[in-house]
Amino acid sequence: MGYDPENPMKDRITDIGPPHYERFFPQVIKDNYGKWLYHEIVRPGVLKHVSESGAECYTVRVASARLISIEHIREMCDIADKHCDGILRFTTRNNAEFMVDDEAKVQPLLDDLASRGNKFPVGGTGASVSNMVHTQGWVHCHTPATDASGVVKAVMDEIFDYFVEMKLPAKCKMALACCINMCGAVHASDIAILGIHRKPPMVDNEAITGVCEIPLAISACPLGAIKPAKVTLENGDEIKSVKVNAERCMFCGNCYTMCPAMPLADPEGDGCAILVGGKVSASRTGATFSKLVIPFLPNNPPRWPEVVQAVKKILEAWAKNARKYERIGEWAERIGWERFYEKCDIPFSDKSIDDYRLAYDTWRTTTQFKFTSHIK
Amino acid sequence: MPKHDTPLMDELEKGPWPSFVSDLKRQAEKNPECWDILGQMELSYKDKITHWKHGGIVGVFGYGGGIVGRYSDSPDKFPGVAHFHTVRLNQPSSKFYSTEMLRKVCDLWEKHGSGMTNMHGSTGDMVLLGTRTEELEPLFFDLTHELKWDLGGSGSNLRTPSCCLGKARCEWACYDTQAACHTLTMHYQDEIHRPAFPYKFKFKFSGCANDCVASAARSDFAVIGTWRDNIRINQDEVKKYISGELKAGGGIADSFGAFDIKKDVIGHCPTGCMWMEGGDLKIDDAECTRCMHCINVMPRALRPGVDQGATIMMGAKAPILDGAQLATMVIPFVKPTADNDFEDLIEVIEKAWDWWMEFGKNRERIGETMQRVGLPSFLRVMEVEPIPQHVKEPRCNPYVFWEAAEVEGGWDRDIKEFRERHKM
Repeated sequence: MGYDPENPMKDRITDIGPPHYERFFPQVIKDNYGKWLYHEIVRPGVLKHVSESGAECYTVRVASARLISIEHIREMCDIADKHCDGILRFTTRNNAEFMVDDEAKVQPLLDDLASRGNKFPVGGTGASVSNMVHTQGWVHCHTPATDASGVVKAVMDEIFDYFVEMKLPAKCKMALACCINMCGAVHASDIAILGIHRKPPMVDNEAITGVCEIPLAISACPLGAIKPAKVTLENGDEIKSVKVNAERCMFCGNCYTMCPAMPLADPEGDGCAILVGGKVSASRTGATFSKLVIPFLPNNPPRWPEVVQAVKKILEAWAKNARKYERIGEWAERIGWERFYEKCDIPFSDKSIDDYRLAYDTWRTTTQFKFTSHIK
Repeated sequence: MPKHDTPLMDELEKGPWPSFVSDLKRQAEKNPECWDILGQMELSYKDKITHWKHGGIVGVFGYGGGIVGRYSDSPDKFPGVAHFHTVRLNQPSSKFYSTEMLRKVCDLWEKHGSGMTNMHGSTGDMVLLGTRTEELEPLFFDLTHELKWDLGGSGSNLRTPSCCLGKARCEWACYDTQAACHTLTMHYQDEIHRPAFPYKFKFKFSGCANDCVASAARSDFAVIGTWRDNIRINQDEVKKYISGELKAGGGIADSFGAFDIKKDVIGHCPTGCMWMEGGDLKIDDAECTRCMHCINVMPRALRPGVDQGATIMMGAKAPILDGAQLATMVIPFVKPTADNDFEDLIEVIEKAWDWWMEFGKNRERIGETMQRVGLPSFLRVMEVEPIPQHVKEPRCNPYVFWEAAEVEGGWDRDIKEFRERHKM
């Protein structure tokens, strides 16, 4: 019984996939699959779905840190066993959801959650900030330009009220990716925090021969900034290596992904950019990319005050000025980006003018603009 | 007892948002390697840089994905995280769990790993964070034998597909996203576990254009629910919204004030296809682009039509390397159904894969290959007739790649004969 290291392939089971989802449905979901008629948001964090059959499903949405322990998951299981017939689910934005089939069961569940300190804040529905989608950062990743969990914690602590209340013009989806690889994609978020590098890669000539395919390192560069080079090591050996044309580097880090001997992370070079105005849903306007409005803020652990304040300022300028149902990008489009910079009190610089591929699409080619304070 | 002083991490125990630091400390009582996670993270907070080494190829026999190797660059200081590999478990469609099953996962991970997880990873997997190489095979054995559960994808393969919760708890799902996700996940186990593609490939299934799994921004193959008949209107309920008896968006905000159907619904309609007539809401459905806004705002009065199906969009990706791409609409309407095991989707997927596996360059997402060859060429590959819906607007340059067969007389011409009539 159990794994036998002498016979690793014995009784091997492969390609069985995940467990079937239907096994984990609460009864009210099983009974009303495909029969849902409408929903309401009873209060922030509490959804009510009503079926054609008249059945009701109440869902209580709670935040999680995403980076959570099995002890925390077991506590979630205790809650679900007590209130929800032993079922819970998670959302794509790392919230957990507890479902009950009777309104009378909601308040005891909420009371239980509230009794557990700051572990299970209820919210993230409707015109709120939902949980931040994010990546690993310094807890687990080899290419980050900033941390993930800590920045998210610092930001969400500061704008917590916008998670537990619904007082924004529309929903606000926030995300953080700790480098431009964006394993948590942030390119279509209302507000995105993105880790960026600002120093070109170093070349570790002592190591490069053993760990890199030189042609792959060269072809990894989208701007042709990496060229082959012959280098003499301290011991006199001449080896094949690469050299970097630093002026051409756009700090994407793709070379480091392909070649571990080209590290570019740096305490002073790295930090966060802020992008805003993206969305994914096709509601009203089609999906749009987030735009880089703040090119760099320093990494200042443990609470990243510059990043936190920048996010809060944008969020509150939008909350104060936008019309009902306008997502941040829709608001910025309506008032014009020049006005957006003014309203959010963000200095504009040439770093927000695209000079990469397809850049021309973003240049202004009309006399229609506003005389904001930028025009002296 | 804490193994390291962590004053910077400790700062993140304060505040109203759940603290991963408090959680790590709690887990450390059972899995002492968590003290080293905290210790190494504290060092990163002090140094403002990561302390994880680049890469490391590890896995289980026979699979090329599902495990991501990770090693500390300071194993002497933090031996508990010297190896700290990630294990991706393929989540069940739309992430419902029984506590019985979750507790089994917790027990498995207490036995074989650090006890820390991500619920969930960005692609959708349940992520078990941090174990040693020698634990991988025993973990996989227990996972497949006792839990009857499998790993997800990583590397240049089909990544773990994901979906919205669809018909399980949403009135807007226009096809069965969970059935589609599960069926295709099972159909393509080989493609998930054994990398054979130029680069990663993601499926995402959303039941409507609200796109709760961000398929239009994040997947190579996005299936987004829609309909092609008329929005179902309940005029009595419309009147209840107007009278204030029902709350806009089912109560989307506490600060919106009085409902104004002209401003809040009709005014936001992107096509201007709605109007009021004698107290009734009218929609010119032929002009509707099914954006979902009016339905979102008045969920009790408006519902998607009944001739439901999905639009297939392809080629979305994050910026690395040539810039971000949103998905391009390829097939306007299909009716994905479990009745034929989603063969309409499979046919499209395999046509795209056959071509991309032959012509895609190393580390080129299919959206980039599409850009490189151009949409007209891609549509020919997909055997899809070009229609105006494929573009936002017609091109504004005249550089058409005409083919010889399209031009009278073809391209074979005689320069001598030309010169007899046109002297240099």
